[in-house]
Amino acid sequence: MAIKITVNGQTHSLDIEPDTPLLWTIRETLGLTGTKFGCGISACGACTVNLNGRAVRSCQLPVSAAEGGEVTTIEGLAREGALHPVQQAWITHQVPQCGYCQSGMIMAVAAFLEQHPQPSDEDIDASITNICRCGTFARVRRAIHAITQR
Amino acid sequence: MRKWTRRAFIGAGSLVGGGFVLGAGELLFAPSRQSVVSADAAEKGQLTTWITVTPDDLVTVLVPHCEMGQGTHTALAMMAAEEMDADWNLVRVREAPALDAYANAYMLRAFAGNIPAPLVRGVDWGAYRLARWFGTQATGGSSSVRGTGQYGMTVAGAAARDMLLAAAAARFGVRMSECKAIRSRIVHEQSGKSASFGELATAAAAIPVPSSPALKRPDSYTIRRTARPRLDIPSKVDGSAIYGIDFKLPGMLHAAIEIAPVYGGKLTSVDTTPAETMPGVKRVVRLDEAVAVVADTYWHARRALAALKPAFDDAGHGNVSSASIFAAFDKSLGAPPTMPKNAAKTVAADYRVPFLAHATMEPMVCTARVDKDRAEVWAGVQDPLNARSAAASALKLNVEQVHLTNLLLGGGFGRRLPFTYDYIDMGVRIAKAMSPVPVKLIWSRENDIQHDYYRPAGMARFAGALDAGGAPLAVRSSYAGGGDGESTFMPYAIPDKHAAARDAAHPVRTGAWRSVLNSQHGFFKESFIDEMAHAAGKDPYRFRLDLLNHAPLFRDVLERVAALSGWGSPLPEGEGRGIAITQCFGSIVAEVAHIAVTPEGKLRVLDVFAVVDCGDVVNTDSAAAQAEGGIIFGLSAALVGEITIAEGRVVQRNFQDHLMIHLADAPRITVEFIKTYRRPGGLGEPCVPPIAAAVANAVFAATGIRVRDLPIKNTPLSRQTKTSA
Repeated sequence: MAIKITVNGQTHSLDIEPDTPLLWTIRETLGLTGTKFGCGISACGACTVNLNGRAVRSCQLPVSAAEGGEVTTIEGLAREGALHPVQQAWITHQVPQCGYCQSGMIMAVAAFLEQHPQPSDEDIDASITNICRCGTFARVRRAIHAITQR
Repeated sequence: MRKWTRRAFIGAGSLVGGGFVLGAGELLFAPSRQSVVSADAAEKGQLTTWITVTPDDLVTVLVPHCEMGQGTHTALAMMAAEEMDADWNLVRVREAPALDAYANAYMLRAFAGNIPAPLVRGVDWGAYRLARWFGTQATGGSSSVRGTGQYGMTVAGAAARDMLLAAAAARFGVRMSECKAIRSRIVHEQSGKSASFGELATAAAAIPVPSSPALKRPDSYTIRRTARPRLDIPSKVDGSAIYGIDFKLPGMLHAAIEIAPVYGGKLTSVDTTPAETMPGVKRVVRLDEAVAVVADTYWHARRALAALKPAFDDAGHGNVSSASIFAAFDKSLGAPPTMPKNAAKTVAADYRVPFLAHATMEPMVCTARVDKDRAEVWAGVQDPLNARSAAASALKLNVEQVHLTNLLLGGGFGRRLPFTYDYIDMGVRIAKAMSPVPVKLIWSRENDIQHDYYRPAGMARFAGALDAGGAPLAVRSSYAGGGDGESTFMPYAIPDKHAAARDAAHPVRTGAWRSVLNSQHGFFKESFIDEMAHAAGKDPYRFRLDLLNHAPLFRDVLERVAALSGWGSPLPEGEGRGIAITQCFGSIVAEVAHIAVTPEGKLRVLDVFAVVDCGDVVNTDSAAAQAEGGIIFGLSAALVGEITIAEGRVVQRNFQDHLMIHLADAPRITVEFIKTYRRPGGLGEPCVPPIAAAVANAVFAATGIRVRDLPIKNTPLSRQTKTSA
């Protein structure tokens, strides 16, 4: 049974088991490797993508839950060649170190700012729960505030 | 770009299609090899540094170190470009391939900095031989800038500049001394003539390599000592960066693995049929110590692996637990160290730190293709040469029969260093079973947490003595779990200082974890000196400072962190400050933690102030990032991180029980670097060791509760708080 999902504006009809996690559908079936595998239990957020404008952790979300939905991955965040403001801020503030968690971090922040255009530190603390082992948290916070203060 | 080969390495002077390359071979055969580096540095090692200039004016720097977010690629390129007076916008960087020629003597040399000059020659030669012998092309020991950069990149850059100057002088018909390099052009001001690096590159390739190029004076730097955006960052914000886990080959299969839960255990039995009938499964592969499922996708492999119920033996370690290990430590430490008879007051304390996992965000991954007597491996590792050798040994091939391509690392922290390549060993054996089809082995997070080379657990037993005036007479300790002269070193002027190693072996596999032995001993020694200060009735900062009159570098760092943090200014009830200072990998770091503890015992680290003397800073912004990162890494360990052992195996499984701090827990961090011309020290690790003691000392200041066992979460802090000192 084919499953229809739209990823970065492109609709795919995939012959795939419906319980396949969205993460592995994106990485293996569609070949978009910007979205990362970190823990497999929705704890770290490295696999975060946007589904219908909401940040979701894709490692435990079955692809069937995204059927008919609009998925955006890190590869689809830039529009018409222009980086998304979060991506731009990540360069300006030199946020990534190893960078492995940052696709998920950027997707989480992009969705968060849609809901919280002027977030307080408490809002950021409550919503941005992705794990980063390199310790980029201070720069993540700085970059978020810089985006919203423009 | 043509393929780099060993032949090209040794012989290259000019490039096919024009341009020039400055390589190790050229410098190795220069008439006065010693003076190429410095008067007192007599390496016999090749320069593991290459600079290429092509007709399109691009300067490409080939770096023999991996990039794992520490900014090494950019910093080393800055060091070369500075000496060349290159236009930074025209500089590119690539990682050197895993070939013997890049064996990195410079890294080992970075550790020889404190050796008296007459011995340096022997050490260098020995270190170089050692590097070649072990096949080291490692990135570790906070060594890239202070070793490869200082002894390789700057000299190669200066030599390249002189060759371009000589080529320009010949072309213009003027004296070389009248020419200047300015932003990737050689200019002769009197005649107004000028030519770009690219235009001169081919002619420069024919110029003999200068034997003693002059290095720039640090006060004339225009690229170093500035904040340059890291060259690797753009690819890390749009998903285009390719890490080990992202690598793909046509027809590649995927493997998931379950490993004997007790280190050293063997697979005793497994019924493979439940997996073999599942979708996409190609084969179940039995290894001595593991069982792997190979399938068309990783998800299929992972799901089928979960259907298996393999049985493993426990290698005879089924009785080992954290409690049994610490009991053995305790026994090995024996009676508390004896104190001088004239002591007016004595202090005694035991400290304990647990095993820790590296938990890099990218789990361990190895892609391999094995075809008869040849193998290809793709992975992200801190030492491609040693990883290649691990693959060769697993396949019983010679290293020349194995080709390894290094990819970006999703974190290292020591987990991907030499002699920790179990995942490569397993990956190539699985690929051999599927030969010639390529296989990518991805470890689950559970594999990663339960099969690490852990930061060694440790315990220390301290005793100290004070005279009637509160001045320290002695600090003596014994420790178990590992240590060395650097990690146990206390800079303080105390007449009787002694640290004795004890041995208490256990079967838990250990390795280097960001700052190696310094995270444990930084906590031990800087907690104890704080206890001494309080016993003497003195301010912990003043107490330390009074013992550092003989050590101006330490004193300067400590004074500045006190000023930066507002040390001594009043704090509200329940808040406190703690201070700690350590030295490792050629750098001195002092940190002050400002914390708050609620009456219910909830601890929050509000601010961390750090002052760093890592010598001459190359890239100021990525240096600050390394300090911030080191503090957060150390803070996770101090507050919540631990690996515990029960029935011989690791208890923790994934991020739900192997804890680390999140953004909400992260303090504000303020970092200041000492401005100095002192040659660069390391920076990837030195900011980790002080933080645990700084926080524990702050907890004492705020609550009167002395935390002697990490992580701090295991010590209840729920009591009436008192006003801090």
